[in-house]
Amino acid sequence: MTADAFPPGLILILAAVPAALLRGRLRQAWMLLVPALSLCNMLALPDGNHFLLPFFRQELVLARVDRLSVVFGIIFHIIAFIANLYALKVEDRFQNAAGLVYAGAAVGAVFAGDLFTLFVFWEMMTLSATFLIMARRTEKSMAAGFRYFMVHVVSGLCLLGGILLQVNDTGTVAFGYIGLGTLSSWLIFIGFGVNSAWPLLHFWLPDAYPEATVTGAVFLSAFTTKTAVYVLARAYPGTEALIWIGAAMTVFPIFFAVIENNLRRVLSYSLINQVGFMMVGIGIGTQLSLNGTVSHAFSHILYKALLFMSMGAVLHQTGKINATDVGGLFRSMPWTCAFCIVGAASISAFPLFSGFVSKSMVMEAAALGDLRLVWFLMLFASAGVLHHAGIKIPFSAFFSHDSGIRCKEAPLPMLLAMGLAAALCIGIGVFPQPLYSLLPYPTDFQPYTAGHVVSQAQLLLFAALAFALMLLSGTHPPEIRAINLDVDVLTRMGGRAFYRLADRTLNALNDWADEAVSHRLTRRIALFFRMPACNVQRLGFRALALLCGNHAWMKEKMSLSEARCETGAHPVGDGVLRAVLFLTVLTILVLIW
Amino acid sequence: MNHNPVNPEPKRPPLIRQRTLKAMMAAFAAVLGALLLAEGWAHRHVIFPWEEWYGFYAAFGFVAYVILVFVAQYVLRPIVIRDEGYYDR
Repeated sequence: MTADAFPPGLILILAAVPAALLRGRLRQAWMLLVPALSLCNMLALPDGNHFLLPFFRQELVLARVDRLSVVFGIIFHIIAFIANLYALKVEDRFQNAAGLVYAGAAVGAVFAGDLFTLFVFWEMMTLSATFLIMARRTEKSMAAGFRYFMVHVVSGLCLLGGILLQVNDTGTVAFGYIGLGTLSSWLIFIGFGVNSAWPLLHFWLPDAYPEATVTGAVFLSAFTTKTAVYVLARAYPGTEALIWIGAAMTVFPIFFAVIENNLRRVLSYSLINQVGFMMVGIGIGTQLSLNGTVSHAFSHILYKALLFMSMGAVLHQTGKINATDVGGLFRSMPWTCAFCIVGAASISAFPLFSGFVSKSMVMEAAALGDLRLVWFLMLFASAGVLHHAGIKIPFSAFFSHDSGIRCKEAPLPMLLAMGLAAALCIGIGVFPQPLYSLLPYPTDFQPYTAGHVVSQAQLLLFAALAFALMLLSGTHPPEIRAINLDVDVLTRMGGRAFYRLADRTLNALNDWADEAVSHRLTRRIALFFRMPACNVQRLGFRALALLCGNHAWMKEKMSLSEARCETGAHPVGDGVLRAVLFLTVLTILVLIW
Repeated sequence: MNHNPVNPEPKRPPLIRQRTLKAMMAAFAAVLGALLLAEGWAHRHVIFPWEEWYGFYAAFGFVAYVILVFVAQYVLRPIVIRDEGYYDR
C-alpha cells in the first residue's frame, strides 16, 4: 500500500461531489485543479501493484502501474483537463459531476489490476456517460441516452458473465493476458468489443454521441472506446480476429460519413474508423504494432476531441450542426476554424501533425507482417479519412456555401481548450520523441524520412485534387437534409416491433382474462349464489329435460321451484345447501391432499 | 440628383475573392507537381513491390477518393437514406 498517494481515478471521482455543489469561479478553479492534482498523484506511483484489497480469498489490485497503464493514464488526465477547460462556463451540476466521474472511472479502469475492479469502473463509465448524453435534456438525447445505457448494460452483463466464468476456470481474478479459447474468454472479448464499436456492434456510437451535450461529446470521444482499446491491448494482443475486425472498422464507417449530414455524427463514424487502426495494431501483436496502437490512441484522443470541440463550438454558437444549415462560418469564427483545420490535418495524418507519427507505425507493422489486403484497406481508409474528417468537416462548417449566419466567436475557455489541443497535435507531430518515449516498448521508429513524407503527402493531396475536381465539375455529392439508416434500425425498429407484439398478445390476453374472470365468471357466480337451491334444481331439471325431452313438464317444475324459492317455502334451505357444498369441496380437497 | 443611399455589394472576404482562389489553385497545382518530381529524388524504404511504381501513392489517393465518393453516393445512399422524421413516426 502506498501511503502518500490515492488510487488513480479516485481523486477525480470524489472531486465530483464538490464540483456538483460549488458555483462560479470557485467551481471553475476546482474543475481545472482536480485533473492536475490527480495526474501528479498518478505519476507519484512507482511501477508495480498498489492498493491491494482482500476480497473473498482473492486480492483486488486498485493500481497496477506499468508502461501501458501509465501512458493511457497520462492522456486521460490531459484530456480531462482540456475538456474541463472547454466546459468551464457550463453551470450544470449533472454535467460537471458526470464528466469528472466518467474521467475518473476511465482512469480507474486502465489501472485496475483485477477483473472485478475493472468491471466496477467499467459500469461506472456507462452510468456517467449516460448522464452526459441525457444532460442535453432534449427528447432525442433522452432516447439516445436510454439506448446507450441499455446497450452497455447488456454488454456489461456479457462481460460480467465472462468474468465469473473466467474466475471459476482459472481460480484468480487477476487481469492480464487472456487470449481467445474458452467461453469465458469469448464473453469478455465481446464485452470489450461492444465498447470498441466493432462492426455491427457499433451502432450505439453514432446514435448517442451526436445527441450528447456540447461538452459531453468531448468527454465521450475520449474515454469509452480508448478504455476498450487499452483492455484489448492488455488481454488480447496478437489475436488475429482483431486484425480483420479492425480492417473492417477502418473502411465501412467512411462510406456512412461521406453521406451523413450531421457533422458530429460524421465525427462519430470517423471515430470508429480511427479505432479500427488501433484494433489492427492489437491484432498484429508485435512490439511495433502495439506501440502504434498506443501512440495512435494518444494522438487520436487529442485530435478527435479537438474536432468535437470545434463542432461543439459551432453548435453552441449557432444552434445548428447539419452541413446543410451551416457554412461560411470562417467569417464569424476564424479561431475555431483554424483549430478545426489543425484537427482535420492531424486526423488525416499530414506530415507535421500528430496522426502522421502514430498511424504510420500501424501501417508499417501491417506491411512488415505481409498483411497485403489489410494494408490496402488501411491505405484506402487513409485516403477516405481525408474526405470526411479532413475536408468535409472544416469545409462544410466554415466554407462551402454562405449560410448567412453571423455569430460571435466561441467563448474564451472554449478557444483556450481548442488552442491547447491544437498545440499538442502540432507538438506531437513535429516532436514525436516525447510520445515515443512513453510507449510500452522501446522504439527507434523514424516517421520523417523523405520517402515517407512524400508518399503520404501524395496520397492526401491527390485525394484532395479529386475533391477539388469533383467540386468544380459539380459531380461531388451534395449534402442532403436526411437521415441514414444504420444497424441501429434493428434496435429502434426491433424495439418497436417487440412493443407492438407484446401489446397485441399480452395485452389482448390480459383483456380476455379480465373480461372472463372479473366480469363474466363473477357475475355468474353472483347470480348462482343469489338463489343457489333454485339454481341447483334448475340445472337438474335442464339435465332431465335434455334426457327426457319433455319441455312442458320441465317448465312447470321450474316455475314451481322458483315460486318456492321466492316465498322461502323450499324443502331444503339455502344455508343448508351452502353448508353441504362447502363440506363437499372441503372433503374433496382433503382427499386430494 | 439622387440622394438615396445605395447599399454597395458587401465586399467579399480576402479568402474567397476570385483572385485569391485562383492563386491558391495555382499554388496547389505547383505543390502537386513538386510532389511528383520529389518522388524521383526521395528515397523510400519500400516493403511491397508496388510502392516502387512511380506515382503509386498519388494515383491510389486520387482513385480511392473517387471510388469512395461514388460508391457512397450511388450505392449506399439510395439504400439507407430516409427522411428526417423517419424515426419519429
